[in-house]
Parts: sequence; C-alpha cells; structure tokens
Amino acid sequence: MLRRILRTGIVSEPPPEAGAEAREVARLNREILRILGRALTIRQVDAGSCNGCELEIHALNNPYTNLEGYGIKFVASPRHADMLLVTGPVTKNMEHALKVAYDCTPDPKLVVAVGDCGCTGGVFGESYASCGAVENVIPVDVRVPGCPPTPVALLAGILAAVRRD
Amino acid sequence: MRFFGEPIEFEKQAGIGGPVWLGRAESGEALQAFAVAAHRADGRLAALWGSDERRRSGCFRVHCVFGFMAGHIRVSLDLPAEHPVYPDLSGIFPAASRMQRATRDLVGIATAGGDQRPWLRHGAWPADWYPLRHDAAQLANAGAGFPNAPSDYDFVPVGGEGAHEIPVGPIHAGIIEPGHFRFSVIGERVLRLEQRLGYQHKGVEKLFVGRNLAEGARLAGRVSGDSTCAYAWAYASAVEAACGASPPPRALGLRALMLERERVANHLGDLGALGNDAALAFGFSQFMRLKEDWLRLNAKLFGQRFMMDRIVPGGTTLDLEAPALRAIVEQCEAVGREVKALGKIYDEHAGLQDRFLTTGAIDADLARELSLTGVAARATGLILDARAHRQGYTPPPPWAMLGVRPATDERGDVAARAAVRFAEIVESLRLLRELAVGLPDSEVCVEAPPQPGGDGLGVIEGWRGEVLVGVALDGEGRLARVHPHDPSWQAWPALEHAVMRDIVPDFPLINKSFNLSYSGADL
Repeated sequence: MLRRILRTGIVSEPPPEAGAEAREVARLNREILRILGRALTIRQVDAGSCNGCELEIHALNNPYTNLEGYGIKFVASPRHADMLLVTGPVTKNMEHALKVAYDCTPDPKLVVAVGDCGCTGGVFGESYASCGAVENVIPVDVRVPGCPPTPVALLAGILAAVRRD
Repeated sequence: MRFFGEPIEFEKQAGIGGPVWLGRAESGEALQAFAVAAHRADGRLAALWGSDERRRSGCFRVHCVFGFMAGHIRVSLDLPAEHPVYPDLSGIFPAASRMQRATRDLVGIATAGGDQRPWLRHGAWPADWYPLRHDAAQLANAGAGFPNAPSDYDFVPVGGEGAHEIPVGPIHAGIIEPGHFRFSVIGERVLRLEQRLGYQHKGVEKLFVGRNLAEGARLAGRVSGDSTCAYAWAYASAVEAACGASPPPRALGLRALMLERERVANHLGDLGALGNDAALAFGFSQFMRLKEDWLRLNAKLFGQRFMMDRIVPGGTTLDLEAPALRAIVEQCEAVGREVKALGKIYDEHAGLQDRFLTTGAIDADLARELSLTGVAARATGLILDARAHRQGYTPPPPWAMLGVRPATDERGDVAARAAVRFAEIVESLRLLRELAVGLPDSEVCVEAPPQPGGDGLGVIEGWRGEVLVGVALDGEGRLARVHPHDPSWQAWPALEHAVMRDIVPDFPLINKSFNLSYSGADL
C-alpha cells in the first residue's frame, strides 16, 4: 500500500484560474483564512436533484481537486456550516427541510445554488411537486449553472461566494 | 401466446430490444391469478404503474411488469372510471406495496387492501387531487397553488423495554440525496429500519406528458443522474419499440460503450466510498483518482463527463473515430492493472475485511422474494443480468455476441457487494475493449418518426440493476405516459432487511454498499 502511495505521488492540481490569476487565488485563500477563521465549512443540501450534481460535488474531494487542501471542508450539520451548497430543483417535499436547514445555519452565512435546476429549476421547473430555483425558497448569494457543473466550476463558485462576503 | 397456463393472450413486442410480451387481463381476479402463477414460476415484479385512459377508452389502467427466465411480461388491466380499484399484489410480491401506494398518490387508482398510507404525497397537494389525471393538467402547470403542509407519517412503532427510535433525515450527514430513516434500536442494535422516501419527488412523470420524443429523451436522462445512459437507452428502446424503428448496429455498439463506461465510473466511485466508510482513506483517494481520470476521458471523447444526452431514439448523437477508440482501449488496460492491484490490497486489509464480512447480509431467498435485481441480487448468488445469456434467454444486440459473464457472490454481505463490483469492473473493461475494437461500420442514427398510439417497454441492465421505461404515445405522436422504473424500488426494502441484524454505526457502510437512487424511485 505504501509503495502505491509513493508511486501515485501528489496528483492535486492548482486551483481554477491558474496562471495569471494564481496570485489572486492565493490572495483569496488568505482572505478565506482571515474572514472565516482558518476554514470554510460547507453543508451540502440536496433539495431535489437528479443526483448528477452530487457526483460532481463528490469529485471536489478527490485528490485532483483536493478541496480540503484549501481549508474547505464539508460538515455534517448546518449548525457547523458557513455555507450551504444547495442543489435543486427544490421539491415541495423538501421545501420545509431546506428552510429549517437555512435557519439552523449561523449568521453570517452564504448560500450557493448549484446546477441549472438549483439556479432556475432546469428541466423540472415549477410544478405541483417542485418550487423550482433555490432562490424561490431561501436567499441565494452565488449561482453555479451547469448540468451538472464541473468540479472546476463548483470550486470557482464557492470561491466567488467567499469573495463577495 | 400464453404463460404459466393462465388465460391471458400475449403478443411479443416488435423490435430488437430485450424479449417483452404484452397482454391484457380481463379482470382483477385474472391479474391476481397471473401474479400468483408468475411468483410460482420464480418470476419477480419488475414494475407497476397506472395510467389515465379516460379520454381514449373511458377507463383507468394499471400495468404490471413481471420479470422471468425468458424476458419480461407486461399485463395491463382496465379499471372503471367511477371505481378504479384492483387487487392488492403485495401479499404475492412485497415489492408491489410502495409502487401501489405511489400509483394511488399519482393516478388515484387504489388497491383493495394492503398498505394505504400515502407514499409520494407528503402534504404538498390534497388527497383527492391526482397529478397524473388528465383533468389535473392546468393546475399542475400553474404551480398548483396548493398550501404545502407537511403531513405526519404513521411509522410502525416497536415496543419493549429499552427500545427507542432514532430518526435520521430527510437531510443526511453526507453529500447524498434526501430521505428519512426511522431506526428502532436497543442500545446500538437495529431492531427495525423503516424508510420514508418521496422527498425527491419532483413530478417527473407529469413532465413527460405532452412532450415530443426528443424532449422526453432529455428528461429520461435526468431521472437518476448516475444512471443517465441506462435511462436514455431504456427510453430510446421503448420509443423504438413503439415507433417501429431500429437503431443501426454501430449505434448499439456505442450505446453499450457508454453504458459500460457508466458502470465502471460508478463502481470505481462506490469502491472508493466503501473504503472511506471503513476508514481506509487510501482506498477513497485511489479510486476517486481513477474515477476522475475516467470521467475526464468521457469529457474528451463524448463532450460530457457523464455522457448525458448522447443516446436518443434512433441511435446516438455522436460517433467515435479510431483514435478515440484507441484511447478507450489504452485506458481500459491502465485502469485494469490498477484495479487488480487495489483489489489485492482490499482483500488483504484485515481492518477493511473485518468491517465488510458478514455485515448487512441478505440471502438469495430474500432477494428473490423482494424481486431484487442488479449488484445486490447478484451478491446473493442470483444469476440475473439482462446482458447475459441464461436458459431460455438470449440477450438483445449487441450483448448476444459479447458473451457477458455475470459476476456473482453468494455471501450477500457488504464484502460480496464489493466483490461483485470488482468483478464487474474487470468484465466491463473486457467488454469495452471488445466493443471498441469490433465496432461495426454503419451510420449512428436513423429517424424514429413518432407512431401515434404507439406503446413500448425498454429494459436495460444499468450499473445498479434493471432499469425499465414504459412509453405510450398519444394520437398526435406525443408522449401520453412515460413510466421510468429504477431498480431502487425493489432494493430499498432489501436494505431495511440487511441492516436488521447489525448495529447503527454499520448503517452508513451497508447503505453505501447498496448505493441506491432516491431520485430514481421518488420521480
């Protein structure tokens, strides 16, 4: 196992906006540390997705993206979170739970709406069973469109939300 | 043609998909008798749904699909518009229960007897309003305007000294879809798990109504994102059967390539996550790295990491050139070597095997009783794979020529479900190499002109299990009714059984070893 770890080496890649903007990202990382006290904690809430977005959010934790390397971490409770990362559309059956999760997240908090469905309702739209976009249910700071958005787009969106703060 | 000596006449569905026979029961008693005969013949309940046919024939209709040795049988039964009631089948096939409850919530046709609790309706719409009835159309599009009042749910209580309940969800602790699990425990031992699902219900079946075939394909690919290729193919296959279209041979090869790539991607992710849930971060990192490499090649060759919207009625939207096919073969060889090495590490890791072995076990009898298919069924020793030959069954093209060897393991526990995934990756890599090398020369898409009143059923062996899509077209050739059916319908109750002899802290591992779809079954 050790041999394999050594042979694999470190595969983590530079964050998005590399090259000319690498300095900006480094500044952002310092900024994250300063504003949020050494870490950004995210509570992911699936409010009705097809699970495509979840596959890409999982990919943020793979060794290529290595989200935890930036001090960004997924947590188990909204009470421990600085940010809600919400996929949609928000189903009527999840409307109540999403509001409760939002209320449980301590201020100041950020909300990132993920995916075409989270941003606009996408192919599912609004119906007897769907509230559509996340912003129809809770306030949203940043939108990351895509079906599903790539891990790079997700990371850029998370950083953009922090930059706004 | 007749089956099991029952008086129902069947016709074989035309086209090149898997063998499907369609028939009509004359009465509820005939349907019930057929279900009993199917059960006796080792059949399983593959799907059950309802449709509102009042405009065309003045009645409601319930459709039951039974899977058996030689293929699939669909039995439909007309129900009077004033009193649409049919016999409860859950005493014969326990898997029927949730499907019947969902059908009642959506179409308003009910069973005489059986569990009458709502399933998908959590209080977002009134009990006497049914979204899949024709007359509910306008209301549904207007966002309905019903007050959303979450209702209480009658969980089955467990009594006794020291017994207590642990409610979990709908929002879970990880990056995962929502659902509610109610554990009844003594100490840390699970006495009973009862699931309440439906949180992902976003009205998918209603959205199909009135769409054209291309819009339907896009929606079918989003029933469960992790199985987008399986759903797109099952939908395309149903539409092709309904419209009398035959996809060209190269398209079938490309579809199989995509389906197997989807299978490998999901199995790699699951094996990593299983390592992670047993505290082997090494396994998580290694498998997630392999999965990312895999998805990046998808993006390069198919223009999309999950190959969404590449399978359409009539064929595929893209072709692969020789260099792309070479890249697939090379990647299969590289990934094959790595998976073999990682498999050895997993096998020899005492801590991991200690968590995997005997945990979350179910046996073949239970799997058969619950109509289970896919990885979880094969991990109990059932040889059930729509891609593989079996007695009396020849798989549809392109599988017939490939000689697919289904992976099985008889232990039925987490270790078995991991082992089946390892074996299926190896087999899929072989299939991918054969498909890439032997892709026949032809066009990749033909016209599939909509056939007004057409009707078809598509069955595909997805990575999780058997994915079915039933399609019915209206008089203008638009979609009148589409029912996508996920194998998770049958597998969720199996998870309730699997966790019963274990402890609460093992639940995440057991759950991951099934890795079921919420969205696919909540629709």
